Amino acid sequence: MKICITSEGKDLDSKVDPRFGRCQNFIFFDTDTGNFEAQENANSQFQGGAGIQSGQLVVSKGVKAVLTGNVGPNAHQVLSAAGISIFTGVSGTVKEAIGGYKNGKYKPADAPSVGSKFGMPGKSS
Amino acid sequence: MIISVASGKGGTGKTTVAVNLALSLKNIQFIDCDVEEPNAHIFLKPRIAGEKKANIPVPEVDEAKCTYCGKCREVCAYHAIAVLPGSDGKKGSVLIFPHLCHGCGACSLLCPQGAIKEVNKEIGAIEIGEKGNMQFIHGRLNIGEAMSPPLIRQVKEYINSTRIVIIDAPPGTSCPVITAVKESDFCMLVTEPTPFGLNDLILAVEVLRKLQIPFGVVINRSDIGDGKVEDYCANEHIPVLMKIPFSREIAVSYSEGVPIVEKDASYQDKFINLYLNICGIKNEANSRH
Repeated sequence: MKICITSEGKDLDSKVDPRFGRCQNFIFFDTDTGNFEAQENANSQFQGGAGIQSGQLVVSKGVKAVLTGNVGPNAHQVLSAAGISIFTGVSGTVKEAIGGYKNGKYKPADAPSVGSKFGMPGKSS
Repeated sequence: MIISVASGKGGTGKTTVAVNLALSLKNIQFIDCDVEEPNAHIFLKPRIAGEKKANIPVPEVDEAKCTYCGKCREVCAYHAIAVLPGSDGKKGSVLIFPHLCHGCGACSLLCPQGAIKEVNKEIGAIEIGEKGNMQFIHGRLNIGEAMSPPLIRQVKEYINSTRIVIIDAPPGTSCPVITAVKESDFCMLVTEPTPFGLNDLILAVEVLRKLQIPFGVVINRSDIGDGKVEDYCANEHIPVLMKIPFSREIAVSYSEGVPIVEKDASYQDKFINLYLNICGIKNEANSRH
C-alpha cells in the first residue's frame, strides 16, 4: 500500500513538513516493499489553490493515506472525496512517522486541522 | 477625465481626499471601488436610487457528459478545480472551489466534452445614487467573498467620462488596486510622512509607472513624521500636489462623518487648487507628446 508523507527533505531522515498543501516535498512510501519516491511540491508557491492541487497530485499517485502536520479545508475536501485517510499532527522524521503509522499511533482526522492559507509564508511557524 | 485616488498604505486619507475633492468641484461622478469596505457614502450621504446584484460566472459540470479527462483542472489558472478519476468501477468526480474562481471561462470553453456550463454566483451588489448633481456609485462585496476585482470591473462599467470621474481605490498594490486605477487619466497617491507611508508609496509608484498612469502625491498629516517622503518625491521628480496638515479640526470633522469642506469652506479652494494642479500636469504631459 502506498502512503504519502509531507517532508522538508527528500529522504526518510528528513523532518515531516507541518503543512500539506505548501509542503516542500512529498514522499511516497510503499509499505509493502519499503521503496519510496520523493517529489518536490511545485504547488507550494501558488497564490491560491495549493491545497487543492497538492490533493490532486496525491490522488493521482494512488495513495491510500496521508501523514502530515496540518491539512486545510480545501485539501481535506479533495483527499476525503478520493477516499484517502488523512493523519494530522504528525511530527518528527519521516521514518518515525512511517513507524508510528504502522504501529497505529495516529488517528485519522475527519476534519481539516487548520483554516485557509495556513501554509502561506508568515502564517505558519 | 478619470482621476483615481490610491495609496500603498491603508489609512492615509484616500477617502478624505476623494470626498473633499468631489465636493469642491462640479459635474462629478464619484465611484467608490474599495468594494471590500466602501466608506465614501458615510461622508457623502448620497440618496441611493437603485441596486444591482453583481455576479460572476462559475463552472457547473454535467457529470453525465464528463469523462474526467482533467482538461478543466489543467487550464484553470487559479487552481480552483480538482478532478478525481474513477477507479475500481467507482465513478469519478469533479470538485470545484467557487471562491477561488475568477470567472474567466477557460474551463467551459476548453472542455472537450462540452460538459461545463457557467452559472451565476452572486458576489456582491452595486448601488447607484446621487448627492445634489453628483452621481454616486459604489460596489459592496459580500461578506466572506475573497475576490474583489470582478466586482470592481462591474462597478467601473458605469464610468461616464463626460463628467469628472473620481475613483476611490482600495489600499495596497495588488490586483484590486490595479483593477481600480487602470485606465485612469491621472492617479493621486495619498501618503503620510512616516517610514510605513514612504515604503508603501514607493511600491505604489512602481505599480503606476508600470501601468503608465501619470500620478502625483498628496501628503496627509504633512507636518508630523519626517521629511523623507518629500525627499523621495524630489529625487524621483514626482509632483507633490497638496499637503494636508495634521489638524484637530479635520480629525473631529472626520469622526463625525462630515467632510471638512462642508465645515470650513476655505478648504474648498485648497481642493480646487489640487484639481488645477492635476490639470496643469496633464496639460504639460499632453503638450510634450
